[in-house]
Amino acid sequence: MTIQKNHENIINEFSNLLDWDEKYKYIIQLGRKMEPYPEGFKTDKFKIEGCQSQVWLYAKSENGKIYFYADSDALIVRGLSAILVRAYSGFSPEQILSVKPDFIKEIGIDNQLSPTRKNGLMSMLKQIYDYAKVFKIINKQ
Amino acid sequence: MNLIKSKIPRKREFRIDEIRNDFPILQRLVNGKPLVYLDNAATTQKPDFVIEAIKHYYDFENANIHRGLHFLSEVATEAYETARLKVKEFLNALSASEIIFVRGTTEAINLIASTMEKSKRLNPGDEVIITNMEHHANIVPWQLICGEEGIKLRVIPITDSGELILDDFENMFNEKTKLVSVVQVSNTLGTINPVEKIISIAHKHNVPVLLDGAQAVSHQKIDVQKLDCDFYSFSGHKLYGPTGIGVLYGKTHLLDSLPPYQGGGDMIRTVTFEKTTFNDLPHKFEAGTPNIVGAIGLAIAINYLNAFDLQDIIQHENKLLEYATKELSKIDGLKIIGTAKDKAPVISFVIDGIHPYDIGTLLNSDGIAIRTGHHCTQPIMDRFKISATARASFAFYNTQQEIDILINSLNKTIEILK
Repeated sequence: MTIQKNHENIINEFSNLLDWDEKYKYIIQLGRKMEPYPEGFKTDKFKIEGCQSQVWLYAKSENGKIYFYADSDALIVRGLSAILVRAYSGFSPEQILSVKPDFIKEIGIDNQLSPTRKNGLMSMLKQIYDYAKVFKIINKQ
Repeated sequence: MNLIKSKIPRKREFRIDEIRNDFPILQRLVNGKPLVYLDNAATTQKPDFVIEAIKHYYDFENANIHRGLHFLSEVATEAYETARLKVKEFLNALSASEIIFVRGTTEAINLIASTMEKSKRLNPGDEVIITNMEHHANIVPWQLICGEEGIKLRVIPITDSGELILDDFENMFNEKTKLVSVVQVSNTLGTINPVEKIISIAHKHNVPVLLDGAQAVSHQKIDVQKLDCDFYSFSGHKLYGPTGIGVLYGKTHLLDSLPPYQGGGDMIRTVTFEKTTFNDLPHKFEAGTPNIVGAIGLAIAINYLNAFDLQDIIQHENKLLEYATKELSKIDGLKIIGTAKDKAPVISFVIDGIHPYDIGTLLNSDGIAIRTGHHCTQPIMDRFKISATARASFAFYNTQQEIDILINSLNKTIEILK
């Protein structure tokens, strides 16, 4: 599956959710179903500064693809981070860098990812792209 | 026309529907639902009375003050100085020159910290007594002064219910104690502190007292002469007035003994390149063009409030506090942080296993505005070993129905999150 198609799938899933209650329930569910965050990496090094909730992001590269893992102490933030993980995990650095995060606006969670929310998600998104840039260089070496 | 004098409303009965109609923003929808605004400790909404006065000022009276002799400058100057008089009456200060207009409580406290340092009334190693429930605005300014050695903060502890433990307060004084700076009402716990007692003990030791009145002014009568506090500070926007305007009150002899805070226009008497002499109080502390319209808006807000019997406001807010406390306590796993006997209408709470961020986000989708986080009082969070709370804070325009909406939404939220 291409990364573009993956983003489209996420957009389609959200288009079936009628109101915010439904959307939040779904987001929370995604957080609960997210693959567990690997042990030993819940440290300051992997913590993303948010004001109100704590967020962690870990990434590893295997066979040229990047796999992301995230966690948060707030369920909604955890769910939102699960969406980001799903949108970018399992793709090569080149694929990640080839797409813009337009799906965020499409599914209507852009206000949740605005820098003023101070929940660390904006930084998490930036971090995902930064990881892709770094792994792109490492993979070439 | 002097707007502040002419805008004095007739005495009004306390009718909640009429009061709500005074506040245009309360009529709006948020996320498709009627706004339930329960974040009044952060800022209060503004009555149309204040909003219209601001427009009127810009439409008819705008000019710079204390400078021109033309018509508008005189009108604006008179309006600004009438605003000062209004605040003087509001606080029952001895004289209008004891009222300094600042940006807010934060600037008032910074002004005192900075000028006490400059005049060597506070020196490295000196001590300031504060409490465990201070807003960061009454912690950080003291940490910014007096260089590397800095000021030593002595902290009055609090009980599990969020009340001050004053047993050791007397023993905190020594020759290095230069100021007691305490919050009158806690923005996080709602506790109303026994400031009269604190002031009388501090004065026995000849130490002046600064009160942070940010959360107190909208909920009780403030009489600085009766309190006998040496400095008092509050913000206009928490008293139904505009943002960006606040007040520092100080006893004349103390303000006189402090040097100017900032330099600029209006605070000087004569300026040469060799030496500048300074203006009298209060202008000595108001460098540059002040927030003229802010001061006027604040005075109009005071006028608006004066139309009501303060006892009616207090009674209504206490009823809201009592009802919300009772209803919230019924929720399984919910714990109220701050259960002092004497409380302002502020309720901080945590719910077992649920992050306040999630509560705030889901309530927001129901049009309910509460605050979540540490409320700029991290030492309180440390004291109660929590990282954040959800906080509902009420104003006199809130209703019992709004509390019902909060409780319903909260139950639904817990259902979703558990």
